[in-house]
Amino acid sequence: MKYLDEFRDPEIAKQILSEIHKTVTKPWVIMEICGGQTHSIIRNGLDQVLPKEIELVHGPGCPVCVTPLEIIDKAIAIAGKPNVIFTSFGDMLRVPGSKKDLFMVKSEGSDVRTVYSPLEALTIAKANPDKEVVFFAVGFETTAPGNAMAIHQAAMEGIKNFSELVSHVLVPPAMEALLSSPENRVQGYLAAGHVCTIMGWEEYDPIAEKYKVPIIPTGFEPVDILEGILLVVKQLEEGRHEVENQYLRSVKREGNPVAQNLISEIYEVTDRKWRGIGEIPMSGFVIREKYKLFDAEDKFSVGDIHADEPELCISGVILQGLKKPHECPAFGKECTPTTPLGATMVSSEGACAAYYKYQRMGK
Amino acid sequence: MDHKTIQLAHGAGGQLSNDLIDTLFLPRFANKTLEAMEDQAVLDFPENRLSFSTDTFVVDPIFFPGGNIGELAINGTVNDVAMCGANPLFLSVAFILEEGFPMEDLHQILISMEIAAKRASVTIVTGDTKVVNKGSCDKIFINTTGIGVLDHDLNISAGNLQVGDKIIVSGTLADHGMAVMTSREGLSFQSRVKSDTASLNGLINTMLKVSKNIHALRDPTRGGAATTLNEFARSSNVGISLIEENIPVKPDVKGACEILGIDPLYVANEGKLIAVVSDEDSLNILAAMTNHPLGKDAVIIGEVVSNHPGMVTMKTGLGANRIVDMPVGEQLPRIC
Repeated sequence: MKYLDEFRDPEIAKQILSEIHKTVTKPWVIMEICGGQTHSIIRNGLDQVLPKEIELVHGPGCPVCVTPLEIIDKAIAIAGKPNVIFTSFGDMLRVPGSKKDLFMVKSEGSDVRTVYSPLEALTIAKANPDKEVVFFAVGFETTAPGNAMAIHQAAMEGIKNFSELVSHVLVPPAMEALLSSPENRVQGYLAAGHVCTIMGWEEYDPIAEKYKVPIIPTGFEPVDILEGILLVVKQLEEGRHEVENQYLRSVKREGNPVAQNLISEIYEVTDRKWRGIGEIPMSGFVIREKYKLFDAEDKFSVGDIHADEPELCISGVILQGLKKPHECPAFGKECTPTTPLGATMVSSEGACAAYYKYQRMGK
Repeated sequence: MDHKTIQLAHGAGGQLSNDLIDTLFLPRFANKTLEAMEDQAVLDFPENRLSFSTDTFVVDPIFFPGGNIGELAINGTVNDVAMCGANPLFLSVAFILEEGFPMEDLHQILISMEIAAKRASVTIVTGDTKVVNKGSCDKIFINTTGIGVLDHDLNISAGNLQVGDKIIVSGTLADHGMAVMTSREGLSFQSRVKSDTASLNGLINTMLKVSKNIHALRDPTRGGAATTLNEFARSSNVGISLIEENIPVKPDVKGACEILGIDPLYVANEGKLIAVVSDEDSLNILAAMTNHPLGKDAVIIGEVVSNHPGMVTMKTGLGANRIVDMPVGEQLPRIC
């Protein structure tokens, strides 16, 4: 399959791998930002074949994982209201809130539906004018254009029974938060390829310069990831720190201006809480005043719901790359995919779920 | 999380389904035949052994590329009866119809069932129809129960895997699940993916003609090949090691899986079987399968190993190893 098979070709991957082995001379800590990359690394066993000098730590780029507990509780509160059709990407439905998850709300009789696009939620709103249709708008910069488009269209067509529960987060502020932490160990980054497809990579130049770290926008297939690692290692070994684009078939320096304009028409940047990490200034989106009619938090008055995260779950430490999932005492014991304590065990992109699913042996 | 009510995932064929069976159903109805946890019961009668199985079909949508709920109901039960090497003979069919269901749709479904039954050489000998109030069921649900006869004394069973055995899959994986998935309302891409629904008793007969060393057979429906292989590994307390590059998946199906973020190993099949056979007979059996129209893409995908008992692993293209786990809950809404 074009754009897929050639980036999964074991022979090409082995060539890059041998180049990495030749290039590396000392230990380096590299973080892959995106949960999709984590999943691919563990699924293909890339961590098993890299030189022992290279340590990969798994970053916070899993939208499901960093969505704070209280947003899940808000979603559950809204979904439980009469006359509401609550729509979401499938991954969010199994994430535990303080007391239950959205699947349980559904089995209690609420109308909770999996959709594959926010525009599908808008179609449901048009077909059910006597119901309130809410879309759970989570994600990084990648999903923001689609979610913005749904509100844009709803406004254009005068659809008043559609709203979004927004928990959008942004990658660069999270990278800065990690890099400025005194506990930071990360020396180089694989940036999230799809986020960069939308936003471009200009915004990473000042970060690479300020913190002296190589940043490589990288794709998701094994060959992409190995090539990204090779580019990071080359820079580290040569003492360089630049933004260098691996994901050439998708990422342009300026990103996708049409998508960016749509995002800033509907959303503005705000402080956001990250699950397990806490509040990061200017790290997310909120719906602009002009479009407040489409903000589910306002519409259903759930702004007052607050929640504390379970103490046993160390997903915050894992999302910051300070520990590996199997180093958590609850991993595979109290916490499994059927009994998840935190979102990192639920989402297919979560580091804990990836470790549980693919690498339980001998850990 | 303890569940106080039934969740969709309890019906998805994964870990939660198994928990439900293990903790609620089995303890109450316990008997030796049921506890074997096969797709069918093998019953000892004075003259011969019978194979007996039942299944209910609630697929949504009821018409999908490559088939409909009716032929699925025939083929599904024929396959369950046949997976111990039995010849399926008789079926019962029970319908639950929703008030207002179009007669024309029922007619089409019945025609497909007639054709499927003829193809599988089974006779529908008894049946039942109930109609419920609008909203009490979703359009049409079908239950089929089947009986077959074993004319050999082989023990083809999930508990019968031997270290060194080869794992054969009869063709490409995930066709049915992705056909259903991509034809669901709301998915805006068109695909050419078709369901593989078919009765496999003919293919099994062909295999039994060339070898008596077939140790286990199962059709990987709900939960996909990964679930079947995990059940095999647990029942026999052996490990299973797969080779990723040997897993057959059609390019269209692979593409649809990529777009939806779904692993084809966990997607339902309705016309494929997984056979675990002795190493020395494996090539003969494979040759017989590839000469049969329903096994033309058959391939060896792995082997039974002594390490990591109860667990399925897969060697990736780079030579690394990963676990192929039992799915937790549903990947797809109501696929069979």
